[in-house]
Amino acid sequence: MIEINNLQKGFNGVEILKGISASFEPGKTNLIIGQSGSGKTVFLKSLIGLHTPENGTIVFDGRVNTEMNSDDRRQLRQEIGMVFQGSALFDSQTVEENVMFPLKMFTKQSDEEMLERANFVLKRVDLVGSNKKFVAELSGGMQKRVAIARAIVMNPKYLFCDEPNSGLDPQTAIIIDNLIKEITEEYQITTVINTHDMNSVMEIGEKILFLKNGRKAWEGSNKEIFKTDNEAVVNFVYSSNLFKKVREAYLNETN
Amino acid sequence: MNYLEHIGKYFMMLKQVFRKPQRARVFREALSREIEELGIKSLGIIAFISFFIGGVIALQTALNLNNPLIPKSLIGFAAKRSIILEFAPTFCSIILAGKVGSYITSSIGTMRVTEQIDALEVMGINSLNYLVLPKIIATVFFYPFLIILGMFLGIFGGWLAGTLTGLFSGVDYIEGLQTDFDPYLVQYSMIKTLIFAFIIATVPAYQGYYVKGGSLEVGKASTRSVVWTTVLIVICNYLLTQMLLT
Repeated sequence: MIEINNLQKGFNGVEILKGISASFEPGKTNLIIGQSGSGKTVFLKSLIGLHTPENGTIVFDGRVNTEMNSDDRRQLRQEIGMVFQGSALFDSQTVEENVMFPLKMFTKQSDEEMLERANFVLKRVDLVGSNKKFVAELSGGMQKRVAIARAIVMNPKYLFCDEPNSGLDPQTAIIIDNLIKEITEEYQITTVINTHDMNSVMEIGEKILFLKNGRKAWEGSNKEIFKTDNEAVVNFVYSSNLFKKVREAYLNETN
Repeated sequence: MNYLEHIGKYFMMLKQVFRKPQRARVFREALSREIEELGIKSLGIIAFISFFIGGVIALQTALNLNNPLIPKSLIGFAAKRSIILEFAPTFCSIILAGKVGSYITSSIGTMRVTEQIDALEVMGINSLNYLVLPKIIATVFFYPFLIILGMFLGIFGGWLAGTLTGLFSGVDYIEGLQTDFDPYLVQYSMIKTLIFAFIIATVPAYQGYYVKGGSLEVGKASTRSVVWTTVLIVICNYLLTQMLLT
């Protein structure tokens, strides 16, 4: 469970996050949506500790970020898995080495044990037989799978994904979405996904946070987003004719 | 950002770099990789340039010594002094600043812009310690060997150039090499090498680590790193010469 209270962050005197409060439950896929420049990435990076908030607190299962010492922070970071927008895989390493890297750094497992764990997570993300390939030899979708495998190899309690579907074809994007949702439910991870992809919103958005100009403008589920009359959300989510029709069909069906 | 801010940030970076590595085994693997990348892969260029520059130094000295009263052994003496004092430690370091410096900046800078450094930080890894410390250790320990190799090949190149062209005899050249040999000069040269090696590893690492933007900025940072590394080597060369030889 992650609880965020009045989170504020700015750069060079410009306020980016203007007091966001929210909570994310384990076993659920929590989505953050909003226009470019709404503060989504700063919000996500503040949650994972890459930005230090100026005000507010982030509570990870009772542990308050502002009260943690460096050991607590290090421990917390080992409980966090992160899938970056561009995958951020180490291109000098093979798939297997990328996935085994956190194990090498933080566990005292033998090479055989690490390899066994790496093979297990690679199988989980449906990527068998690519162990010895380098990152440059993989497609975008395969890179995302490796990034997910690396993120879950340490059995994280919290999984953060920054636009996991960007640059992927619609079919692969759905596969990646479903994979994240399955993993979240299977391991009861608290998952937070930053996305622009409206398919993700409809498919896996169990909880959706809509940000606008650094503030939380709306909060709800993928069912509630069909019914909302919040103008900002409607303008953003249903900007395409396709999604307008999807919404109309949903509302007609449910009424 | 002004120069003082950069200097402050550079020393703050070093404070993070010089921490105990989180995993000795991972550090050893990174160190052996860096010795290969930064040291062994530089052997060819240093050997090639040292050999030919040594030859040129000997030939230039010989061609400019027309006075019959000046002994031919002076050619070997002058070549030895030039190579040990300046060519090997300073000139080779400037070459390495170009070759190795740009490699360090572009590799770390690319990791920065592709969020690989963020990935390390999110995992709880001290990215500066993980990325930069092996590079410093590799250069500081390996470059003295490179420079000694440069000295030997430079002196050998001078001997070969003289004997092949007939401008001076091998006996005269070797006599010059043995004349007034002062081991302190080699020591001075090694002190310079160690300091230059530290600069070659850390200044490009600083430029790469704090790069912002995309691939264009990585390219600009590589250029900046070569320029600043060279400038610092030249300034330190002057200061060290004044401190150690006067």
